[in-house]
Amino acid sequence: MLQLDAPAIQDIAVGAAVLGTGGGGDPTLGRLMAQQAVAQHGPIALLSLDELADEEWVIPTAMMGAPTVLVEKIPSGNEVIEAFQMIERHLQCQAAATASIEAGGVNSMIPLVVAAALHIPVLDADGMGRAFPELQMVTPTLHGVAATPMVVADEKGNKVLLQTPDNQWTERLARTATIAMGCSACIALYAMQGRVAKRALIPGTLSLAARIGQTLRTSKQTKPIQALTGLLAGRQLCQGKITDVQRRTEGGFARGELKIAGAGSDAGQTFRLSFQNENLVFWRGDRPEVTVPDLLSVVDEQTGLPITTEALRYGLRIAVLAFPCHAQWRTPEGLALVGPHYFGYDIDYVPLLS
Amino acid sequence: MSPSSVEHTDQADQTHRRDHSFRLGIDVGGTHTDAVILDATDRVIASTKTPTTEDITTGIVQALHAVLTASQLPPVAIAYAMLGTTHCTNAVVTRRELNTVGVIRLGAPATRAIEPLLTWPQDLKRVVGVRHAILHGGHEYNGEPLSELDEQEVRQTARAFKGHVHALAVSGVFSSVNATHELRVREIVEEELGADIPVSLSSEIGSISLLERENATVLNAALMRVAQRAMQGFEQAVRQLNIPATLFLGQNDGSLMSLDYAVQYPIFTIASGPANSIRGAAALSQLRDAIVVDIGGTTTDIGVLHKGFPRESQLAVEIGGVATNFRMPDLISIGLGGGSRVHPEEAVCVGPDSVGYRLQTEARVFGGSQLTATDLAVAAGRIRLGNPGRVQALPKTTLNKGLDYIQHTLEEYIDRVKLSADPVPVVAVGGGNILFPDALRGVSEIIRPEQAGVANAIGVAIAQVSGTVDSVFSLENLSRTEALDQATALASERTVAAGAAPDRVEVLDLEEVPLAYLPGNAVRIKVKAVGSLKTV
Repeated sequence: MLQLDAPAIQDIAVGAAVLGTGGGGDPTLGRLMAQQAVAQHGPIALLSLDELADEEWVIPTAMMGAPTVLVEKIPSGNEVIEAFQMIERHLQCQAAATASIEAGGVNSMIPLVVAAALHIPVLDADGMGRAFPELQMVTPTLHGVAATPMVVADEKGNKVLLQTPDNQWTERLARTATIAMGCSACIALYAMQGRVAKRALIPGTLSLAARIGQTLRTSKQTKPIQALTGLLAGRQLCQGKITDVQRRTEGGFARGELKIAGAGSDAGQTFRLSFQNENLVFWRGDRPEVTVPDLLSVVDEQTGLPITTEALRYGLRIAVLAFPCHAQWRTPEGLALVGPHYFGYDIDYVPLLS
Repeated sequence: MSPSSVEHTDQADQTHRRDHSFRLGIDVGGTHTDAVILDATDRVIASTKTPTTEDITTGIVQALHAVLTASQLPPVAIAYAMLGTTHCTNAVVTRRELNTVGVIRLGAPATRAIEPLLTWPQDLKRVVGVRHAILHGGHEYNGEPLSELDEQEVRQTARAFKGHVHALAVSGVFSSVNATHELRVREIVEEELGADIPVSLSSEIGSISLLERENATVLNAALMRVAQRAMQGFEQAVRQLNIPATLFLGQNDGSLMSLDYAVQYPIFTIASGPANSIRGAAALSQLRDAIVVDIGGTTTDIGVLHKGFPRESQLAVEIGGVATNFRMPDLISIGLGGGSRVHPEEAVCVGPDSVGYRLQTEARVFGGSQLTATDLAVAAGRIRLGNPGRVQALPKTTLNKGLDYIQHTLEEYIDRVKLSADPVPVVAVGGGNILFPDALRGVSEIIRPEQAGVANAIGVAIAQVSGTVDSVFSLENLSRTEALDQATALASERTVAAGAAPDRVEVLDLEEVPLAYLPGNAVRIKVKAVGSLKTV
C-alpha cells in the first residue's frame, strides 16, 4: 500500500489543479490542511479500489461552498471528521476508508485530513475524474447510488443529516444549508460498499494526480506539456496567446469566454474556450472541437502548470490541452448529466480521440 | 500706491511661493542613494547619486547635503521630503533586527486545521517566534460573529505572552468585513501589557485570505522596531540639515504614507522600489497609461503604468519565504541589456548572458573583444560611444539580425504585458535605452526622458497618498449600490487619514467580484482612492 507523505501530497495538489480543468477551487489551502494533518498523525495509506472488500464501506468527504470563503474561514478539521462519523453512526457501519468525490481541485485534499486523523486509508478513486460544479454530477449517480444519507457540517458543531429522493434534491438542500453555515461547509456523502464502489467510482485518480504533479516537477527542463499529454493520453489542442477574456456572472456561476491567437505551428488560427468555473467547450474557429465532459486544461506554455479560470488574462502564453474523460461519462446517461446540453450549449458531444 | 511698490509685492509673493514649494525625493538603494529636488511643477531642479551607508542617517545626510548644494536652494525651501527605502525588505531577507511576535488568531473553533506560521521557513520562525494561540472570535462573510470573543481567554493569552514577545499580531476571520473583535483585542492587550507592546491588526494590513493576511501582519509586527529606527534616522538627517519639510515614505502601490503611519505599518514599504521606478517614468513622460521599459546592463524590466500607478501583479508576493497577499507591480524581467553578449551564429541572438559592469572594458567599442548589444547600437549609428571604428567591419547580416533580435524580443515582451492589442506608448528608461529602435510593432510612440537614471527618487517625490478597501459585502440587508458606496466612502476616508486634502480625493479603481459557486448574495469589492497632499 502506497503511503502519502507531505511531498506526495504536494504532487497530488498540482495534479488536482490540472484535473480541476480551471475550476474546483485552488487546492493550496486543502494541501496545507492535509500537510498539517500528516505532520500530526503520520502518513496516509492509499488504498486501491481492488483492495476494498465487497462488503466494506467507503464514505467520501469534501467541502462545499465558495472557495473565497474557504480561504478566510478555514475549517477546524473536526467538522469533516464529525460528518464522516455521523454517517458511520447512521449506517451503523465502520467505514474502511474515505475517498474523494472530486479529484479536481481542493476536494482532492479534504479526505486526506479525515484519513490522517482517523488512521484509515484514502481510496485511490473518485467520483468525477475531474471537477464539476454540482454534487449530483458524479459517476455514482449513474449507478443509482444516492448521495444521501449526507451530512453537512460546520465548525460550530452544526450538523444537518439529509435524506432525499434524488441527488438533484440533495444538491438544492445541501447548498441552502451551506449558505446558512456561512457559505463554506464540510460534507460526507455517497456512502457505498466495496462492491458498488468498484462499479461506480473512477479508479486510480489520486495516484494519477500524484503522477501529474511528479511529471510537472521533474520535466521542467525538458518538455512538460508533451510529458503531460503522454501521461493522460490526451493532446495539445493549440498554443498561442490570450487576446481577450470576457466574463459575466449568471446564477452564481462565473461564465466567460477566452479568445486565443495561435502561435508556432498554430500561427494564423484563432481559437475560443468557453468556461463556467470549469472549462467547457473548445472552439477551433467557429467549430466546437472538444466539449465537456472531456477535460480541457489551460496550461503555461513553458512550465505546463495549470492556470485557473480566474487567472486568465490578456497576453498570457498558453497551451490548451484536452484529455479524455472516463468512459462512464461518455454513455447517454453520463452525457445527460454532464454533457454540453446540460450546461446550455446546443452542441452534441464528440468524444476526444486519444 | 506707487507702481514700484506693487511690483515689489508681486516679487516678494513669488519668492515666497518659490521658497516653500519644493519636494525632495530620496531613494536608498543597495549601493547608491539617489536624491532629487523638484519644483511645484514637478520639474527636476537637481539630482545626485551618493553611496549608501551602513548607518541610515549618515547616508541620507550625505545625499541631502549633496542635492541641496546642487540645487543652490536654502533648506527652508523644501516643503516635502519623501523617502523610498528597502530597509524593511532587507531586514526580513537577512532576518536581522526583527521583533519576536506573539500571534493571536480569532476564529476558534474554525481555522484550527492550519495553525499560524505553518508554512514559515524554520530560520525565520526561530527569530520571530513560535508563540501563537487560536482563540474564540472572528466573523462570517456577512459580518455576523463566527463565535463570541472570550475576553478572559484573551487576557490569559496576553499574560502568557508577557516577557516573551516584543509585539503582537492579531488576525480575525473576515476581519476585513468586521474588525470589532480585533479592535477589542488590541484594547485588552494594552490593558494587560501596556502600550509599549505594539499590536498589529490584520484588518489594517491586508485583504481576503486569512493565512496570507496573518503572515503579513506578523511580519509587520516583527518589523516595527527596525522601521522605527529607520524613520528616526530619516527624521534626524532631515532636521540636522534644518530642512523643515513634512516627511513621507513611499509604499508598495506607488503612493505615500506619513512617518507615523509608516512606523505602524512598515510592511507597506516592502515592495516600494519597483513602484517608485514606474511612477518616476510616468512623471518624466507626463503619461498616465503607458508601458515602462527599464533597460539596464544585464536585464530589462517591463512594467505597466495604469491610470498613473503601477499595474499590480495577479500573483501574491513571497517575502523572505513567507506568502503574503500583497501585490507587487506586475513586472517581466528578461535577459537583455546594454552589456548582453551577441552570439553571431546562423540565427543571431543577444543575451541572456552579459558582460555586466565590465562593459566599459570588454565591449568592442571600448577596446575589448566581446561583441555586445551596445556595439550593435553604436554600429547602427544610434549612439556615439568609445571608438565606433572598431565595429565598422561588422558584417551587415550580423548587425541586422542582431538588431532584429532585440526588436522582436522587446516587441514580444511588451505585447505580453499589454491588456489589449491596441498600440500603447512606451517610456524607455535605464542606461541601456540606447538599444531601443525608433519604432516597435504595437507601440504608438517611444519616449526617452532625460534623467531616467534617478527615476526612483523622482517617483517617490511626486507620489500621491492613497486608501484601499478589499472586502466581502453581504447583499442580504444592503443593495449593491449601497455596498459600493460604503466601500468607496471608506477608501476615501482612509486616503484623507493618510494625508490627502479631503477635496482632492478621487476613486482610481473599483472592482466587483461575485463569489463563485453561490447564488448572488455576496460580493467582493475592491476600491482604491488616491489624493494629492494637503498644501502647506
